[in-house]
Amino acid sequence: MDIASFNLMRNELILVGIVLIMLIGEIFTKSENKNKLITLGTILFGVATLINFLPLQEGMLFGGSFQTTRMTMFMKSVLNLGVFIVFLQSNTWLKREDNHGKIGEFFILIISTLIGMNFMISSGDFLMMYIGLELATIPMAALAAYEKYSEKSAEAGIKLILTSALSSGILLYGLSFIYGTTGSIYFEDCVRNIGINPMQTFGFVFFVAGMAFKISLVPFHLWTADVYEGAPVNVTAYLSVVSKGAAAFTFMIILYRVFGSITKVWEPLLYTLAVATMTIGNLFALRQNNLKRFMAFSSIAQAGFILLGIMQGGTLGMTTVVYFMLIYVFTNLAAFGVISAISEFSGKENITDYNSLYKTNPRLSLILLLALFSLAGIPPVAGFFSKFFLFTAAGAKGYYILILIAVLNATISLYYYLRVVKAMLIDKSDEPIATFKTPWPMRISLLICVAGIFVIGFASVIYEYISSISFGIN
Amino acid sequence: MNILNLFVIIPVLTVIGILFTKDYKGARVTAAVGMSLQLLTAVILVLSFFAQRKAGVHGDFLYLSDYTWFKTLNIHYCVGVDSIAVWMLLLASIVVFAGIFASWQVEYLAREFFISLILLATGVFGFFISLDLFTMFLFYELAVIPMYLLIGIWGSGPKEYSAMKLTLMLMGGSALLIVGLLGLYFYSSSAGPVTFNLLQLSKISFPLAMQRFFFPFLFVGFGILGALFPLHTWSPDGHSSAPTAVSMLHAGVLMKLGGYGCMRVAMFLLPDAAHEMSWIFLILTTISVVYGAFGAIWQKDLKYINAYSSVSHCGLVLFALLMMNKTSMDGAVLQMISHGLMTALFFALIGMIYGRTHTRNIDQMGGLMAVVPFLGVAYVIAGLASLGLPGLSGFVAEMTIFFGSFQHPDTFHRVATIIATSSIVITAVYILRVVGKLLLGQLKEKEYLEFPDAKWYERISLVVLIVPIAMIGFYPTFLSSTVMDALNPIVERLTAML
Repeated sequence: MDIASFNLMRNELILVGIVLIMLIGEIFTKSENKNKLITLGTILFGVATLINFLPLQEGMLFGGSFQTTRMTMFMKSVLNLGVFIVFLQSNTWLKREDNHGKIGEFFILIISTLIGMNFMISSGDFLMMYIGLELATIPMAALAAYEKYSEKSAEAGIKLILTSALSSGILLYGLSFIYGTTGSIYFEDCVRNIGINPMQTFGFVFFVAGMAFKISLVPFHLWTADVYEGAPVNVTAYLSVVSKGAAAFTFMIILYRVFGSITKVWEPLLYTLAVATMTIGNLFALRQNNLKRFMAFSSIAQAGFILLGIMQGGTLGMTTVVYFMLIYVFTNLAAFGVISAISEFSGKENITDYNSLYKTNPRLSLILLLALFSLAGIPPVAGFFSKFFLFTAAGAKGYYILILIAVLNATISLYYYLRVVKAMLIDKSDEPIATFKTPWPMRISLLICVAGIFVIGFASVIYEYISSISFGIN
Repeated sequence: MNILNLFVIIPVLTVIGILFTKDYKGARVTAAVGMSLQLLTAVILVLSFFAQRKAGVHGDFLYLSDYTWFKTLNIHYCVGVDSIAVWMLLLASIVVFAGIFASWQVEYLAREFFISLILLATGVFGFFISLDLFTMFLFYELAVIPMYLLIGIWGSGPKEYSAMKLTLMLMGGSALLIVGLLGLYFYSSSAGPVTFNLLQLSKISFPLAMQRFFFPFLFVGFGILGALFPLHTWSPDGHSSAPTAVSMLHAGVLMKLGGYGCMRVAMFLLPDAAHEMSWIFLILTTISVVYGAFGAIWQKDLKYINAYSSVSHCGLVLFALLMMNKTSMDGAVLQMISHGLMTALFFALIGMIYGRTHTRNIDQMGGLMAVVPFLGVAYVIAGLASLGLPGLSGFVAEMTIFFGSFQHPDTFHRVATIIATSSIVITAVYILRVVGKLLLGQLKEKEYLEFPDAKWYERISLVVLIVPIAMIGFYPTFLSSTVMDALNPIVERLTAML
């Protein structure tokens, strides 16, 4: 192993570097200069995001434990983009008085979890994947409990850590069965010994359950709404986009690479999970009034759609899932950006508070409208394309009934997305949220999101690129 | 460049233009200019299309062009028109043009209003030019969603309820469509790579089991937009709550998307299943035709009367299509065009009358003919066209339909035809009743005497609609024969399977 092969871990090493810089920066900045840390962290991370787009040799490290392919690079870039947008959006919030002493922490915690996610995606054995998963989870609890004087935030933190511990336990239990029956933790070796075998199936089901906690699939979703509601808005945005995306990517890669030979076992399993997740997520979203809870259930329902792509098991499936996640990053973060800007300005987070928002803040409401339409899958915004392609992936398998259930769910979801639109544009209010100017970092982030929402759908180049680097079950 | 692309480019440029306007005056002028250009383009398209036909250019579709969009999925942006599509484009341009002038007085959030209206129009235009089912579906959905905002924000009455009901029902329809379209897409692999291209799909004969499964999805999916009983309930509520221009566009053009889609996609591509299942849908559409007409009799609100009448007339379109012979299908297309024009005229007039009386209840009106003669005469013309008076378009269309459908020798089709014909009588009842109560008799309120007659922009809007109605009524041969030509491939494919 020479120095050049460290290049394969470029993104992770740069991120570790940023964490260290932030840590040192935190120690050596005077109290009145703390706010400069925000700029420093955001700029450094922006540079890291850009660097990760540079092409890189494919290869593996540590005897196959860590693998770098063009696909993993792309997935990491998707996550990086999401985190970068979250950093831009949390700018004003971090400048608040009560966050003064812990600005560095915010960056360190988020980037640490991101490093964990990168390891999950690049992992070539179950141990590496597990370590990544833990690294991605434990700091997350601290993030959820970031507002330490808020009871709800503390509750979110403890709920997250407890469910994560439980799900990790379940996952490990499953993995131990797989290790026991295949005799290896390396993906390459496992594949050869995987078959229809009760012990393995048992382990596999536990593995799926563990991952389902992370992606918050029904019936493993119960923590989601409470945690999303309690955590600060920007952390919620991070949880719902980046964290969920990383878990979905990892789940898909492992299914394809390790369990490709037992599609018979996992297809009915995922089928059921997909139907339950879409339907229950949607039905619960119908009656939410708090926007964060609303987005929580909406994101549960969206996770159900992702399963449609994963189930396909081929290049098409992987392409549609990655494409969906890419668009989802921009879409969901656009919505969260608006929610966070408004909650920052007025402290209001309920749908009814948004009445007549279009009169006072037309731009923000337009962005939220676009984001919601994209989530609902309405053309011409990108969400239409990503959803249609997920349905295509399910169609390739011949699951027309599943598609029917999914599209009917998409119609139900339109109802609750339109509820927010209705509040903003139609409903009258005696005291609407006053007109305000959004701070510039938020504006940049929303601009990036809107550009993404408009461009990615029409630009077939992006889809073609993802398709060219995807792989399926051999 | 292909002239068809202008049908997407001009509306999009108009929308961008409206974004830069300052107030409602700028917005409406920009919209009017844009849609005038659009109407001009449509006229040029019609002229040059038939000039080419006359010069002997054959091929089912002209102005074909094809750009690959998503290569790995074999999704294309593929456009082309036959004479049916050309006429539908002209119809849509006329109705949109008239709609802009009919909504000249919108001041509340006018920019947003015109942007949504033109987005809706873009969807309609795009739908008629597309030959790739993916783009067709994209435009279809694009046409449906601005309706929510248009009805919800600028509508009247229980607008929020109506807007939500309409949007959800239509999106439910498009949900069914997705399943059907993907079915077509994946089963096309029997003849080469999978494709959404309508022309390629029309050369494949799909296995019967597959047709049986997917035909209902496609037919019902499009049928919801064409007000297929019992899924028509969005239509009365939606139309009566919508602002004038939106009712015009929706009843006039958007509902035709349903009939057009049923013909061009569901029946054309899956002919065996169409034959096998036509009886179920024939029963449903016969009910639509009669039920819609009876529904209209009981209503007191002008818009509800018209909305139910649309259910009846659009039901007739689907009814005629399902008869599946050349004459009746020709009648169906004529009916789409004729109904599009006259229902737009109706809704425009209702909007104008409402703008003066501030009520749509016919019991509170009367004697308006003396006060607003221009509007009164236009209303009578629309009414007579609707009840099928010779010399106006409605007669031509309905005659052709019933002529065609009675050609079936078997009892089932003939009985259905006879039942459906009864709607003509019922239509006469409600139309004459409205004309009598609204225009003739005593004036109900003194202040009605001060009503101004049609303003210049209202006259433009009305004349643009009345002229083609009369033209079709007096000289239907050209329209009818060109539609017949375009129906050839569809009818051939449908009858080849017998």
